[in-house]
Amino acid sequence: MRFTLNGKRARLDVHPMKRLLDVLREDCGFTGTKEGCGEGECGACTILIEGMPVNSCLVPAAHADGARVTTIEGLDGRHPLQRAFVDHGGAQCGICTPGMIMAAVALGRKPTLEQIRVGLAGNLCRCTGYSAIYRSIRRAR
Amino acid sequence: MLRDEPTLTPLAGCTDLYVALNFGTLKDTRFLDLWRLDRLRKIELRGGALSIGALATFTDLIRSTLVRKRLPMLAAAARDVGGVQIQNRGTIGGNVANASPAGDTLPVLAAADAVVVLQQAGGIRRVPFDGFYTGYRQTVRRPGELIVGIEIPPVRGRQFFRKVGTRAAQAISKIVMAGILGPATGSGRTARIALGSVAPTVVRVPRTEAALASGASIEAVQRTLMEEIAPIDDLRSTAEYRRRVAANLLARFVCGASRG
Amino acid sequence: MPSRSVGRSVVRKEGRGKVTGAARYIDDLTFPGLIHARTIRSTIPAGEIVDVAFGFDTSGFTLVDYRDIPGRNIVALIDDDQPCLAERLVRHVAEPILLLAHADREALLAADVRIRYREAVPTYDATTSPIAFKTIAIDKGRIDQGFREADVIVEGEYRTGHQEQLYIEPNGVIAVPEHGGVTVYGSMQCPYYVHRALKVLLDLPDDKVRVVQTETGGGFGGKEEYPSMIAGHAALVAIKAQRPVKLVYDRVEDMLATTKRHPAVIRHRTGVKRDGTLTAIDIDAVIDGGAYATLSAVVLSRGVIHATGPYRCDHIRIRGRATMTNTPPNGAFRGFGAPQTQFAAEVHMDRIAEALGIDPVRIREINALRPGDRTATGQRLGRDCSALAVLRETVKRTDFKRKWRAYARLKASRCLKASRYKEGGSRGIGLSLFFHGAGFTGGGEVKLASKASLALTDRGARILVASTEIGQGTRTMHAQIVADTLGVPYDCVDVNAADTGQVPDSGPTVASRTCMVVGRILQRCAEDMRERLGRLTPREYLKRHGPLVITREYERPTDMAWDDNSYRGDAYGTYGWACDVAEIEVDRETWEVKPIAFTTVHEIGKAIHPVLALGQIEGGSAQGLGYALLEEVVMRDGRMANAQLTNYIIPTTLDTPPIDVVILENPYKHGPFGAKGVGEMPIDGPAPAAINALRNAGFDLREIPATPERVMVSEKQEPRHALHA
Ligand SMILES: Cc1cc2nc3c(=O)[nH]c(=O)nc-3n(C[C@H](O)[C@H](O)[C@H](O)COP(=O)(O)OP(=O)(O)OC[C@H]3O[C@@H](n4cnc5c(N)ncnc54)[C@H](O)[C@@H]3O)c2cc1C
Ligand code: FES
Ligand code: FES
Repeated sequence: MRFTLNGKRARLDVHPMKRLLDVLREDCGFTGTKEGCGEGECGACTILIEGMPVNSCLVPAAHADGARVTTIEGLDGRHPLQRAFVDHGGAQCGICTPGMIMAAVALGRKPTLEQIRVGLAGNLCRCTGYSAIYRSIRRAR
Repeated sequence: MLRDEPTLTPLAGCTDLYVALNFGTLKDTRFLDLWRLDRLRKIELRGGALSIGALATFTDLIRSTLVRKRLPMLAAAARDVGGVQIQNRGTIGGNVANASPAGDTLPVLAAADAVVVLQQAGGIRRVPFDGFYTGYRQTVRRPGELIVGIEIPPVRGRQFFRKVGTRAAQAISKIVMAGILGPATGSGRTARIALGSVAPTVVRVPRTEAALASGASIEAVQRTLMEEIAPIDDLRSTAEYRRRVAANLLARFVCGASRG
Repeated sequence: MPSRSVGRSVVRKEGRGKVTGAARYIDDLTFPGLIHARTIRSTIPAGEIVDVAFGFDTSGFTLVDYRDIPGRNIVALIDDDQPCLAERLVRHVAEPILLLAHADREALLAADVRIRYREAVPTYDATTSPIAFKTIAIDKGRIDQGFREADVIVEGEYRTGHQEQLYIEPNGVIAVPEHGGVTVYGSMQCPYYVHRALKVLLDLPDDKVRVVQTETGGGFGGKEEYPSMIAGHAALVAIKAQRPVKLVYDRVEDMLATTKRHPAVIRHRTGVKRDGTLTAIDIDAVIDGGAYATLSAVVLSRGVIHATGPYRCDHIRIRGRATMTNTPPNGAFRGFGAPQTQFAAEVHMDRIAEALGIDPVRIREINALRPGDRTATGQRLGRDCSALAVLRETVKRTDFKRKWRAYARLKASRCLKASRYKEGGSRGIGLSLFFHGAGFTGGGEVKLASKASLALTDRGARILVASTEIGQGTRTMHAQIVADTLGVPYDCVDVNAADTGQVPDSGPTVASRTCMVVGRILQRCAEDMRERLGRLTPREYLKRHGPLVITREYERPTDMAWDDNSYRGDAYGTYGWACDVAEIEVDRETWEVKPIAFTTVHEIGKAIHPVLALGQIEGGSAQGLGYALLEEVVMRDGRMANAQLTNYIIPTTLDTPPIDVVILENPYKHGPFGAKGVGEMPIDGPAPAAINALRNAGFDLREIPATPERVMVSEKQEPRHALHA
């Protein structure tokens, strides 16, 4: 398969049915994307395909073929959301954080609180009670 | 391709399929990937009917002005599915084919008298939604047949959709109801009502609809509904709860404000 | 003098790694030659193993059973009753029996092991179970006299279910055979618990076992004692295979097999004067320990000590029992017994108020503990008792009394016919007042004798503690305490990994003790270090005198006394105090309960790091609301029937209301900078606040979770429960 991963072209020889999550973690060495359930519920494995958030545990490798894929590593550590999650307590244990940030990236600039709540309803966090995540997103700049 | 190999399992957004794969409950090993068939993603008007390609995702449904205008209850159902990640991948064809009694678009399609368009190498056949499901997770779809689209004839009347899930989002339905309340006829109202999670398949409730049309009191209609459905106790809820909520939702729909 | 960091929200130590994906959790790690392990578990709740058959070609596999255990076949903890691998007897579903390992995960998953059993009759009812792991009696005054003084007696029975910790990162470890011993890396709260368990299991000396905590994706108590089990398994395989072994649970296995919060049945019988004064509190609490003792004894202990709630009463009798059932062992979960007993106490308190016809605030004002009062164990409270302060602040902030009356009136006047099938639902507002002892119970801290070390570095100091960072901010908060005490900038304090090969045993990361107890030991290390430095900078000191490491041990405050036999004395060094108000709306057609507002006032001594403290309070409150309204473990035939995230329901963004937090600070004299504990307390209050709000809306519940199905049925119940004495 060929795809653009975090802005770089990549070519891999993997089984087309392999979970994209495993391809990223095992074949590409990007372990920032986490697995919390493997059943599409927790959103810890959220990545962007063509800018749209999806659960990489439910995506076959074949569906990323030719696509633009972005993981937490693709934000380069300089994204305003990353800084804000540190400053405002959006990340506690951090296991939901990469998925949470990717889902937040997809919300675009200056989302309303309601847009954030709806947009992150597929990302479970057990540590924060979500409030600090909302603050992080709203104060990111 | 399916004709040569009818044992291939079609695969769309994989939001059901990969859960089964990850749990090891899916034994199939050979798949036919539909995801790239963009022509099956179209939402358009065809001969007066709203035609939705099987690969239209929940996000596509939510964003479609056609759907929002013609069938707002379908947009409402799509909005209540999973979270954004699931909406971006899950397809209406997958929802219909998966045949779960809790599938959220199914009551909408049942109430709207939708038609399932099936295609095989030999050709196309159209199956009315009412006749599509034959039992728990059973449909009339033959091996080798694909769902290519759903057609929904024009709908007149007030539409209603309500999902009662296990929580506010990312939830499986404990009960889900869709309905269309038509114009008054004589003393009663024509109504088409369908429910999910109250029987082995999504169901229409013809006796309840008839009671409504006959102008019976709402209490009588509710009683009919409670007899007509056959919910069970399971992990997610109880039969009694489902029965009483079904009756309440029906009353809210028939007597209540314009919500829906 | 650098600016102080305590009280400021400095950048958390490991924050950057967590937001960039660079932080390494156990499943992100691998080792050369790594193989994967899988646990074969019992499928019956009680019985004996008759035989084991392998339905696959075992070549290429490493197989481990109890016969491969070099030391004692136990998970060493308190009672040492739990085998690491079942030998013959099986006491619960999902009990580990065998371990398989293979380099190829597919092959591993495909391996088919068949076990035949002789089944026995299981016990599921904790209240009638004949086996008790622990019983506790607390007596204060004379209960008979208390009841004689009462005008009214109010009785009630309250039930709470299991709760799954549901850290988003499942349990996992990697064991690496090394130097004739083993090193275990893993997701855990208490490296030294694991260390001790491995020594016993493997019959190895201290220095042959090394345990290293990796970045941990949440614990909440769920990674307190369980990692000793999974680490034991991985270590056994690693030693037999002489290869690194990864054992990471998937979500289903984690839910099926690991510990949960103890379900409880708690009975209250309370004597009260017509003016609202409590005269007698009689409580009987039973918690379901599951199949093995694990931590049940201490969970029970904390539970019963908190069972009265933060109220004064001269005559108290409390009886507690932790019993055995044939279900997977229950264990530590944030709150540790106190959420169960304070749920009962606070729902009961509203019912007492109702029986007397006074409002929920008044009954609490009359009876709340004040400085100088004595608790159930006879502990005299100092000036850092803040029950009234948190109550008054919460009530004022939420306009509680007005809303409570308005909703109660609405409920009374609600004409069902008229209001039915219209928009909106029934609203209610509820309150809970609660407290939480910080640190280990009773003499626990003395027995632990925790140590902490501080090593001088070029720039400042390096913290050496076994306290783990599991999201709550241990590293950051410890560094703040050391930085300010030593007088160096926060950035100049580093924190060593929690690695038993490098750090001393600071005790477990539990019981809200990490800041108050371990933080205090570190503060003393820093004080000593500062003295040693004198006028020298760290760099100068190192040049002149060479390395400097200071180690200090826990010192019991001289004003504390506890007697474990009579259960009397100072149960905790201090308590945090809090009050919650929940406002809910019940859908009249579906009985769905939506929390619409949540306010909590927490008095925690000192917020070392306000953002971290806030995070603990918000997160604990949300977990508490899940406990109250959504989270239900369905046990069928001793097996968790809903062991998937899709069926075990925790709150999403849309289920969690905005949480309004106020932090009050009333310093504890023995805490670092006045800090008490904050980690657990937030989870004690939301459930009773929510249930009391439901009562205000017209729904009488005595059991959580208040699922719509239960709310529906509760509407029918008669609101009569006061017996007149
Ligand atoms: C976390 C989570 C939340 C969810 N929430 C909801 C929810 O709220 N409501 C709800 O209704 N569902 C929900 N689902 C289920 C799922 O998302 C839907 O059923 C979705 O519509 C399935 O579509 P898909 O394209 O992903 O199907 P796939 O998983 O690709 O396929 C599902 C089944 O349909 C078959 N199939 C798919 N397309 C076709 C076709 N065109 N022709 C013939 N057969 C086909 C496949 O062979 C397979 O058997 C959820 C799932 C997850 C994981
Ligand atoms: S791991 Fe993919 S959603 Fe949980
Ligand atoms: S920060 Fe721990 S799960 Fe979100």
